Formats: sequence, C-alpha cells, structure tokens
Amino acid sequence: MTAHGWITTTMILLPLIAAAAIWILPMPQVWVGPAALLVSLFEIGFWIEALVRYDFDRGGLQEWNHATWVKDLGVSYSVGFYQGFSVWLVGLTTVVMAAAIAYGAWMGRDRPRAYYGLMLFLTGAIVGVFTSQDLLLFYVFWEAMLIPLYVLIGAWGGPGRLGATIKFVIYTMVGSLLMLAAVIVYGLQAGTFSMVTGGTNASDWIFLGFAAAFVVKAPLFPFHGWLPDAYRESPAEVSAVLSGVVSKAAAFGFLRICFSLFPAGVQDFRTPILVLAAIGLIYGSLLAFRAPDIRGVIAYSSLAQLGLVVLGLFASNSLGIDGAVLQMVNHGLISAVLFMLAGAVERRAATGRFESLGGMAKGRPALATVLMATGVIALAVPGSTAFAGEFAILAGVFRQGWFYAAVGAVAIVLAAMYVLRMISAILHSRKGTAVHDAALDLRPAELAILVPLIAILLFLSAWPAAITDRVLS
Amino acid sequence: MIAAIQRPPVDWFAISPSLVLLGVAGLCLMIAVLVPRAARRATAAVATAGGFAGALVAAILLYDRTPVGTGVIADSVRRDRYFALAAIILAAIGLVAVLVSYTEHRHGHVAEYYALLAAAAGGMMFLAQANSLLTLFLGLEWFSISLYILCAVDYGRERSLEAGLKYLVVGGFGSAVLLFGSALVYGATGRLTFDGIAQAATAGALQHDALLLTGLAMIIVGLGFKASAAPFHMWTPDVYEGAPTSVTAFMSAATKVAALLLTFRILVTAFPQEHDLWTVAIAVIAVCSLVLGNFAALVQKNLKRLLAYSSISNAGFMLIAVSANSALGGRALLYYLIPYGAASIGAFAVVAARERELARDVSIDDLAGMGWERPLLGAAMWTFMLSFAGLPPTGGFLGKFYVFSAAYDHGWLWLVIVGVLATAVSLYYYLNVIRALYLRPSAELQFAAGGQPPREWLLQAGTVACVAVVVGSFFAAQPLIDLAQKAIGTL
Repeated sequence: MTAHGWITTTMILLPLIAAAAIWILPMPQVWVGPAALLVSLFEIGFWIEALVRYDFDRGGLQEWNHATWVKDLGVSYSVGFYQGFSVWLVGLTTVVMAAAIAYGAWMGRDRPRAYYGLMLFLTGAIVGVFTSQDLLLFYVFWEAMLIPLYVLIGAWGGPGRLGATIKFVIYTMVGSLLMLAAVIVYGLQAGTFSMVTGGTNASDWIFLGFAAAFVVKAPLFPFHGWLPDAYRESPAEVSAVLSGVVSKAAAFGFLRICFSLFPAGVQDFRTPILVLAAIGLIYGSLLAFRAPDIRGVIAYSSLAQLGLVVLGLFASNSLGIDGAVLQMVNHGLISAVLFMLAGAVERRAATGRFESLGGMAKGRPALATVLMATGVIALAVPGSTAFAGEFAILAGVFRQGWFYAAVGAVAIVLAAMYVLRMISAILHSRKGTAVHDAALDLRPAELAILVPLIAILLFLSAWPAAITDRVLS
Repeated sequence: MIAAIQRPPVDWFAISPSLVLLGVAGLCLMIAVLVPRAARRATAAVATAGGFAGALVAAILLYDRTPVGTGVIADSVRRDRYFALAAIILAAIGLVAVLVSYTEHRHGHVAEYYALLAAAAGGMMFLAQANSLLTLFLGLEWFSISLYILCAVDYGRERSLEAGLKYLVVGGFGSAVLLFGSALVYGATGRLTFDGIAQAATAGALQHDALLLTGLAMIIVGLGFKASAAPFHMWTPDVYEGAPTSVTAFMSAATKVAALLLTFRILVTAFPQEHDLWTVAIAVIAVCSLVLGNFAALVQKNLKRLLAYSSISNAGFMLIAVSANSALGGRALLYYLIPYGAASIGAFAVVAARERELARDVSIDDLAGMGWERPLLGAAMWTFMLSFAGLPPTGGFLGKFYVFSAAYDHGWLWLVIVGVLATAVSLYYYLNVIRALYLRPSAELQFAAGGQPPREWLLQAGTVACVAVVVGSFFAAQPLIDLAQKAIGTL
C-alpha cells in the first residue's frame, strides 16, 4: 500500500471503525450521540486538511492510496480525490452528515447505539463512493450506502416506513444490479477494474448499465417512484442526507465514471438523458407546487434540482459542469437545511401538512429568519449561490440547444412559486389548527446546527467562484 | 491354493481426515453404552469436537504437504489440495455444528447423534476425494445413510420421522440413478477411475457415445439430488423443515460442499471430452435452480423452508461456476463455498436459537423485534442474509462476483444476466428477514418469549465464528483465492 494518500483512507475508515466501536464497545447511552458527533467533526477536520493539500491547478488524481484486493481479476482497493469536484462532494458529505448527526442527537433518537453507528457507517460509505478509483470498490461502497439507509428509514421512520423501504430498496437494487453486470463486463474486457488505468469503452450497453443505477438513485424522471415515500417517511435528518448527499452520488457517478470511461455512450444518449432531465425539472417543479406538505415540496423540488444538475452535466462543457457541481453543493446544503426545518416544524405542530399549518412567524423570529433566508437562496434570487449555479448551468446547456435553456428558465420561475408557497403556508397566512401558541421558536441547539450551513451558503453566494473555478483542472 | 489378493499400498495419511472421524464415530457409540447418562452428552460432544479438530489438522497438513495431486490406494481416491481444502471446510462446518447441537434438547440417543454427525462428515470428506465410481458411490451412501438417520433422530416428533423417511426414499432414488449411470459409464469405457474414464473415452473415440452419455446424464441427475439443485430438489424444503434444526444446519452447509465439489471434480476429470454437452446441461440446471429456488422462496412463511429454497438458489449460483468449466470457475466455486457454508450453518444456528427460545417452529413473523432483543444473533442473521443476497461487506458478494466473472469469461453473458435477475428477486425475501428482525416491533409476536432466554454461549460462539468467516472472506479475499487456486492446480 502506498504511504501517501493516507488521508483518503483515513476519511473512509475513521467513521467505519467508529461505527463498529459504537456497536461493540459498552458505553453509556448518553455518550453515544456526542461521541458520534465528535467523530463527524474530526471528519470535517480531515476534509479541510485534504482541501488544503489538494492542488487544484494540477487537478487529476491526488491523495491516491492503492492496494491489491483480488489479484487475478484485477480488483484493487484504490481511493483518492479525482479532480476538484470530488473534493467538494466529500466536503458536502462531511458537513451534512455532521449536521444530521447533531440533529439526531438533539432530537434524541431511541436505540442510540444502533442509530449513530449506522449514521457513521453511512458517512464512511458515501466518502468511499466519492473517492473510490476502482469500479468494484465503487460498487461495494454504493451498496454499502443502501444497507444503513434501509434500516435508518425502516426502524426510525414514520408510520408508512415499511412500504417506503421496500420501494426504495427495490428501485435502487434493480438499478445497481444492472450496474454490477456492467462492472463485470467492463472489468473483464479491460482486464482491470481500475478507473485510472481501465481506459474507455465504447459499448452502449455498459454505459446503460451504469446509467440505470444513476438515474434511479438521483432520481431522474420517470424513475422517481420511490422518492416521495422515502423522503416523507424517513426521519428528518435522514431525508436531509438522502436528498442532500446520497442523490449527489448519482450525479457524481455520471461525472466520474460515465464521462471518463464511456464517452461514446454519453454521446449516444445525451439527447434522451437531457430530455428526461428537462421533463423531470418541469414535472418536479409542478408537483412541488401542488404538494400538500412540507416534505412533499422539498422532495419534488429535489427531483427538479437533480434534473437541473443533470442538464448541466450533460451540457458537457466546462460552464455547465462547473455550474452543476456548484449546484450540487448548493442543493445539498439547502435541502439539508429545509428537511431539518421541516423536522423542526413537524415536531412543534405534529404535522407537516399545509392545511393545518400557518402563521408560525408570529412570535418565532428565528424560525422565520432561517426559513426565509434558506428559501430565498433556494429560489435562486439573483446574487445567491443557487442563482450562480443555475445561471452557469443554463448558459452551458444553451450550447446543446436553446430549448433546454428555455425549460430551465421556466423552472426557475416555478421554483420561486413553490418555495414562496411553502414559506407563506408555514410562516404566514392564518394561524393553522396545529400551531399552538406554546410551540417554541427554534432552540439555540437547532440554530447551532442550521446557521453554519446557511453561513456556508452565504459565503458561496459571495464567492461562488471558490467552487466553480476549482471543479476541473 | 487360492492366490493371495494383491493388496495395494495404502497411503493412510491421504485418508486420515475420514479415518479420524470414523474413529470418533465409533468412540461415540462406545460412549453411548459405557459412559453414565449424566456425562454422556458432554463426553460425546467433546469427543466429536476433538475429532473435527483432528480432522481439521490432518486436512491442513495434507494441504500443506501435497504440492502435487496423485491418485492413491490403487487410484481409487485422490490425494490433492482440492480434497484437502474441502476437508478443511467440512471439518470447520462440523465444529460449528457441534457447537450448535450441544444445547439442543433431546431425550435419548445423544451420543449416537454425535456418532452419526462425525460419520456423515467423514463420508463427505471421503466423497470429496473419490477418484473412481466405486469410491464415489461408497462415500455418497456413507454420508447419505448417516444423514437419513440424523434427520429422523427425534423419532418422537412426527415431522422428524417424516423428514427422515422422505429423505431416505428420494435420496435412495437419487443414489440408484447415480449407480445405474455409473454402471453405464463403466459399461461404455470399461474403467472405474475418473482419469481412466477420460482416457478410455478419448482412446476409444467414445465422444458422444450413447451409452456413455446416458451414464453421464444419470450421474449428473444423481448428484443433482444430493446438491438439491432444481428440478431434483423436491425433498429439500420438507427435509430441511422437518429435520432437527442443528441437523439441517450441518446438512445444508456440508452436503453442498461435498456434492458440488465432487460434481466439479468428476465432470472436469472424467468427462472433459463431453464438455460441450455437460456445460450446457449444468447451466440449464443452474437456471432452473435459480428460477425455482428464488420464486418459491418469495412465498415462504416458515423460516427453515425459506432457507431451504435459498439453498436451492445458491446451488444454482454454484452450478454456474461449475458450468464455466475453467480454473476460474473452480476458484469461484471453492471461494463461494466458504462464505456460503458459514452463512448457511450460521443462519440455521440462529433459527435453532429462536426455536429453543419460543419452543415452536419459527416463521418469519416470529423474528419480529429479535434484532433489538438479541443484538448478537440479530446482527449475525443480518450479516448472513446480506451474504446470501450478495451484498457487501460479505463474502457472498465477492462469491457472486466471482461466479459471474467465471460465466462471463466462459462467454455466457446470458447466464450472468439470469444470475443478476435472480439476485434481484432474492433480495425481496432476504430483506424480508432483516425487516422482521429490525423494522417490526416484537409486540407483533403472539406469544412473546417468557423470562430469560436460554444461555447459549456455545451456539453464540459458533455464530460469531460464522460471522467472522463471512465478513473476513470479504476483506481477506486474496489469501482464500490463493488457497483455491493452488487447490485447483492439483486437481
């Protein structure tokens, strides 16, 4: 095993080992949450170190760590940061996971050892997805994400959780098994599973195998059947992770695997994927506008936003890709904040349905400010980081056809509509039947979790080029 | 004056694993009559565990000291690393089986139970090294008869008796078919040893000879019965359900190892000239097993029946490796068997624990909430289900990956696709088990377990060992593959 690149392996192993320790070692239950939070903060620390070490001008694969795993088939444990975008996505993961773990600790989930162990395991798996440089390893981490999510939704979720988990697993597994077949065919043809040395492959079928996994996980219209249930029934912070981070794994897969290994497949299927993304963008926005509850709005807006991201990626020019990566980070943070706010509102009103909500701004200035600030960024008001991301995406995709850019522009208007509708249904209008005067404003602990995320969004609003200049070298 | 029969030189070391277990079986029978009732269970269990440990050591030594495979004792058995690795796996399974069996409640015949367990394992090891049609049949019957009795050992329970009888009738039928096939092959080639058959078939230009092919087909059918591959699987769910769970645990893991390894050996060494036919036949059987095993498992309520159908579908996956007819296929088969064997015996061990706790047959509903109440057994069962389903981080994932690679390498992409689809179907019922363990409240149980659960240290130790193998074979895949590679090299 090469010695340098230790930081990548550390970032994968630290949460996994911490998870195992939490499961196995006897520990008073009250310590478990803080311990998990501490690990996730260390994870952020390691990421900052990786960010400092990564040379964005040189780009390419850095902090590479490599060891043979299965020799005769050419499978290796190979991890590293490939291009700037993987650095940003790992950063998004560490930040959102830390926030989610902190939120879980604040909410007080029962069976804490199992819960925090799974959250940490999930962290390690997602970091692994964003850093693996071997297709089989990528697949292993990809599946490893599913296992904790299955239990997190199923054991801590809402009343309809069993149906939600079944849908979620069946949808994603069908996609990922097709990917497994494609991985095997690719690897045995190339003689290695390495993404670094494997070279390109012109087969459309292999591309479609990978694409199947990615379009389901993102999800892209019409493969989003699992999405509303999973996002509604999960615990709020798990929804935040699902929509904020896990969906990005799919976009990352397109960017890292499909673009570099299957350029011919990307070329052949660009138009169908762009069309699906555009349909998803409009369709998701319309459904978000009609959704009867907070989580429905965020869930369908997620579908729309991922459509937008995929539009940017398949624009296949640096403008579109830069914008897409920025938008991935934006959406990750925004939807994490929104889902946790949804959780906060549901905790106070015992429902997320708009018909019983309303008038929560009165007497709750912190809630109103945080929700309004996030909402304004989410609807891509000029000057916000989301505006920067969407603008770059639209400018990029315009070169593939004015039609897509027009669709994107319409979607921005729709985004303003559904975000404002959600804000007014929660904060303004008449006081809802489920809103009691005794319901508290956001507590300091909740603010301590949400404000840093919003601060990052504001920072990116001031300087979006921090990311867009450092996506591809 | 009668001429003295020529006695071939005997390589005792080569058959030592079987001999150790046979000796222990005899010892246990003595224990059954000589040791007072109170100490009988412990004495017999310790003796059997010692026997399995001895067989394990002998097998490891054999593996170490057999760099080149040879036929010994007039070529009737093989001494090679392929057999030694099989014996290592079987001895390890036997050890866990003793741990699982120890606390099982049984009124009488405790020592005889262990005698039969040791004898069955010895027969399986002998089968794995068989190199002629005679020793093949001898080994097959040796372990089959032991298993028939083991299935019916709880003769106070009607289900156990039914299982034993059913297994006897169907297994006897399978053996008869195999024996008939052997006779036809001998009739066609005039040879009994595997390599002799191949030589005679090549020398006599017997390719696609009707007699030989009929014999081959009947041998495949006979072995298909033992490996419980569809469409020769009918006995499996009933027998697995009715037999005492500790017996099922041993049988599901060990029989597969012996039967599938022998299948690969005989097809590759005795019938290489017919490979264009038997690879297709095995692939068809594999597809049948995958389809039937997985779809039938979807509707099972009883956990043992579910695992029985799962074992049929796993036989399908392993037969894919056999059908590849290559060193890669052999490696895939040997590797697959290690996590499969561990997960299989481990899963039945968990079922046995739950059965003893609830004192009744265990359905999937009976697992509700078990993951939270029995964290160790729950996590273990979770791991085993993940391994069966082929999800990381378990050896089952790499095993499936290896099997698919072998099929693709053979040029059979369609078989990979079938395997992938079968995996997708299987996820439903494996996740159903996990769902019951963790996602459903134990309040669903109609009769909750009362009081303290029985302390099952030995069973838990065995389960932990199985988890260690299932997870360890994922991370330390390369050393195991090296072992398998050397083993295939001496075939």
